[in-house]
Amino acid sequence: MTLLTDDQRQLADMTRSFLAEEGTIKKQLRHWRDTGCKDGFGHGLWKQMAELGLTGLAIPEEEGGLGLGATEATLVMEEIGRNLTPSPFLTTALVAVEALKGTEQGKRWFPGIIAGETVAAIAVDEGPHHRPRAIALEAKRSGNGFSLSGTKQFVVHGASADVILVAARTAGSAGEAEGLTLFAVPRDAAGLEIENVTLADASKAARLTLSNVAIDADAVVGEVDHGFEPLRRAMRAGRTGAAAELVGVAAGASAMTLDYLKQRKQFGKLIGEFQVLQHRAAHLFGEIEIARAATLKAAELLDKGDERAGVMSHVAKAKAGRVSALAVQEGVQMHGGIGMTDEHDIGLYMKREKVLDALFGDVNYHARMVGMLTA
Amino acid sequence: MADLDTFRAETRSWLEANCPPEMRTPMRSEDDACWGGRHFTFQSEAQKRWMTVMGEKGWTVPDWPAAYGGGGLSPAETKILREEMKAIGARNPLSSFGISMLGPALLKYGTEEQKKRFLPEIARGEIRWCQGYSEPGAGSDLAGLQTKAEDKGDHYLVNGQKVWTSYADKADWIFCLVRTSTESKHGGISFLLFDMESEGVSTKPILLISGYSPFCETFFDNVRVPKDQLVGEVNRGWDVAKYLLGHEREMISGMGLGSGSAKTLAQSLGEIDDAILAAEVALFDVDALAFAAMSEHFIDQLKAGEAHPAMPSMMKYAGTELNKKRHELIMAAGGSDALEWESERSRGGKAPREWLRTKANSIEGGTSEVQLGIVAKHILQLPGA
Ligand SMILES: Cc1cc2nc3c(=O)[nH]c(=O)nc-3n(C[C@H](O)[C@H](O)[C@H](O)COP(=O)(O)OP(=O)(O)OC[C@H]3O[C@@H](n4cnc5c(N)ncnc54)[C@H](O)[C@@H]3O)c2cc1C
Ligand SMILES: Cc1cc2nc3c(=O)[nH]c(=O)nc-3n(C[C@H](O)[C@H](O)[C@H](O)COP(=O)(O)OP(=O)(O)OC[C@H]3O[C@@H](n4cnc5c(N)ncnc54)[C@H](O)[C@@H]3O)c2cc1C
Repeated sequence: MTLLTDDQRQLADMTRSFLAEEGTIKKQLRHWRDTGCKDGFGHGLWKQMAELGLTGLAIPEEEGGLGLGATEATLVMEEIGRNLTPSPFLTTALVAVEALKGTEQGKRWFPGIIAGETVAAIAVDEGPHHRPRAIALEAKRSGNGFSLSGTKQFVVHGASADVILVAARTAGSAGEAEGLTLFAVPRDAAGLEIENVTLADASKAARLTLSNVAIDADAVVGEVDHGFEPLRRAMRAGRTGAAAELVGVAAGASAMTLDYLKQRKQFGKLIGEFQVLQHRAAHLFGEIEIARAATLKAAELLDKGDERAGVMSHVAKAKAGRVSALAVQEGVQMHGGIGMTDEHDIGLYMKREKVLDALFGDVNYHARMVGMLTA
Repeated sequence: MADLDTFRAETRSWLEANCPPEMRTPMRSEDDACWGGRHFTFQSEAQKRWMTVMGEKGWTVPDWPAAYGGGGLSPAETKILREEMKAIGARNPLSSFGISMLGPALLKYGTEEQKKRFLPEIARGEIRWCQGYSEPGAGSDLAGLQTKAEDKGDHYLVNGQKVWTSYADKADWIFCLVRTSTESKHGGISFLLFDMESEGVSTKPILLISGYSPFCETFFDNVRVPKDQLVGEVNRGWDVAKYLLGHEREMISGMGLGSGSAKTLAQSLGEIDDAILAAEVALFDVDALAFAAMSEHFIDQLKAGEAHPAMPSMMKYAGTELNKKRHELIMAAGGSDALEWESERSRGGKAPREWLRTKANSIEGGTSEVQLGIVAKHILQLPGA
């Protein structure tokens, strides 16, 4: 693997110190959770991220952004994961931006994203599992536009978004990649019902019901019937970003656990002196390094436009999901009883991991894709 | 055998006549359990009646002697009763730390007077007990406990703090480990019973990651405990404590196999459209069904007095790791639906909250690491373990 450039290191350092100050569990996650905030994140922080250029990180320079790539995105995502910082960075600055790049809709929404004023969401899943090919939500031609009907779920930040990218079927039938079209649906579209759902980690993901939602033809992202391409790009960015966040969750949980192993005494010893815990901590260390390398590799291939990026992004999401699950389980277990209390932060890592694992496909989904693509 | 056939037939018709239909449905959550006790609010008349009739017959504790409120059944009869209850899907009439933990310890170590005084109340669900073992600095190293009991002639004066006391705020009495001597770590511990309404006892709830608050920090400030409430000999409470822990582990290891365990996990999850998940579920079923066979064998061994005293540690370890895995699979099968925390559709986030609760299985009652340590030391006799 190639090493990070100086600029990339600087970005990572800058993000790390910024989030360690402003994005902490106490200031963000616990605060928004305990005050019952309807967004589940703070707009103030989103604005601060904009001032640092982060919200426009992946937007091409000619469209006003920093024009950086997937590698830089994973560096930011890992810090977000480490601090469990709730923000629309993944769905808006990575996933939606990737789908909207080079489109007319991109021109419309990018300035707001760059300014930290716009939040975007993507609506893909129609059942409890990520099955992009199974999309059935129907978009019928009507007048010089379309009429959308159907349901979506697990739309992260759906109730806070100004625009929702809805993947719909304009031709073909469920199971086929052809015939999909991506629409940029504004939040206030008539006939769009949004149910704001709170998840286990206190984040929000909406269920949508669309009943004959009338959409102009210019709301189409890319080309009619060829929505799978921008969707695929967006999902690659999404799963690589989520993998990086999972690596951060794993790293944050394991750092907290290592700290505890060096403090907690039982049987007149620090519990970190018990070899059974040392070995598991050492094993976990190796797993996290491997998951991070896989994630960076996926990002590197994406940045190079290498065709192997597809497989590697599935590998990254699957590996990071497994490793992060191990990290949070070991974290809670090694904390003993205190790890089961709401007051302690380690349990928050466990909840975030579970949600991130399901987002854009769980370990099983990605392992299956790896199996298919390498067969 | 003919006697047992008669017993089975009689048991069947008694259950048929006495188990209310509402008590033949699967429990939906931990909240459906019947705990009894002075302040328990029954969810329904049926729940109350079921506990009462079973308690009067001694069938909440079928194998305890009838003299102490039990059913006086033989191991074979007890097994038949369990089978017949399972056949009609009867709920457990009473969940109780008194039954699963304190009772067995009293039967072995209590005085005749203590048995007569406490056991029938436990059988009838009149007194709800909690366990005062852990302290902030004494978890896995339970014998490191500091709560002090001073001998004041006719009573002990108790001062100190306990933690993780499950349901302490709802319990009537506590069974509690205290330090009566500092001369030896294990040899200075005594086992006391006392009323939670005693002056000087206070509790403070602790909120769990599941969003529930079933346990507390418990404080003792000059609590007077009459001396006849000491179980076993003074300074020899560690024996009682360990014996009781064996029963606690037995109880916890059985948790993953509660009502409806005849159905395999796969059936309860419905259609699974994921080959990898389906394979994992199949492998889980192998483990779960094999463990169920082991549980049955283990209970028979226990009743026959043939189980190694450290076997509950093996069972607790295997059973609780299995239960955690079960809930991982339920979450995987549920996908994003199983992540919902508050909606009506998710019944208040039943799936994720139960999943989070199972993470305590490998911690409560002694962690998995500690159980494996016990097996290595006492069964495998590995040096230095
Ligand atoms: C193919 C091969 C090549 C080798 N090449 C070299 C070489 O080039 N140079 C060289 O110096 N040596 C070499 N060795 C020797 C090797 O370093 C030793 O075999 C190894 O260190 C284990 O020591 P041992 O065989 O005495 O086993 P032991 O130390 O007796 O260990 C037996 C078992 O106990 C476990 N164990 C031991 N200590 C602990 C502990 N503290 N905690 C937990 N478990 C423990 C071990 O993991 C092992 O499972 C080689 C061995 C092999 C098999
Ligand atoms: C839901 C729940 C309910 C409970 N209910 C009760 C109750 O009703 N009454 C009561 O008294 N207590 C109760 N407990 C407390 C429980 O028994 C303790 O939490 C448990 O014994 C672990 O102690 P600890 O929390 O202090 O962890 P620690 O002992 O600090 O353990 C921390 C970590 O170190 C590991 N460790 C410690 N020692 C060793 C060793 N020698 N070798 C290897 N690893 C080691 C542990 O396995 C764990 O992973 C409950 C706990 C929970 C979570």
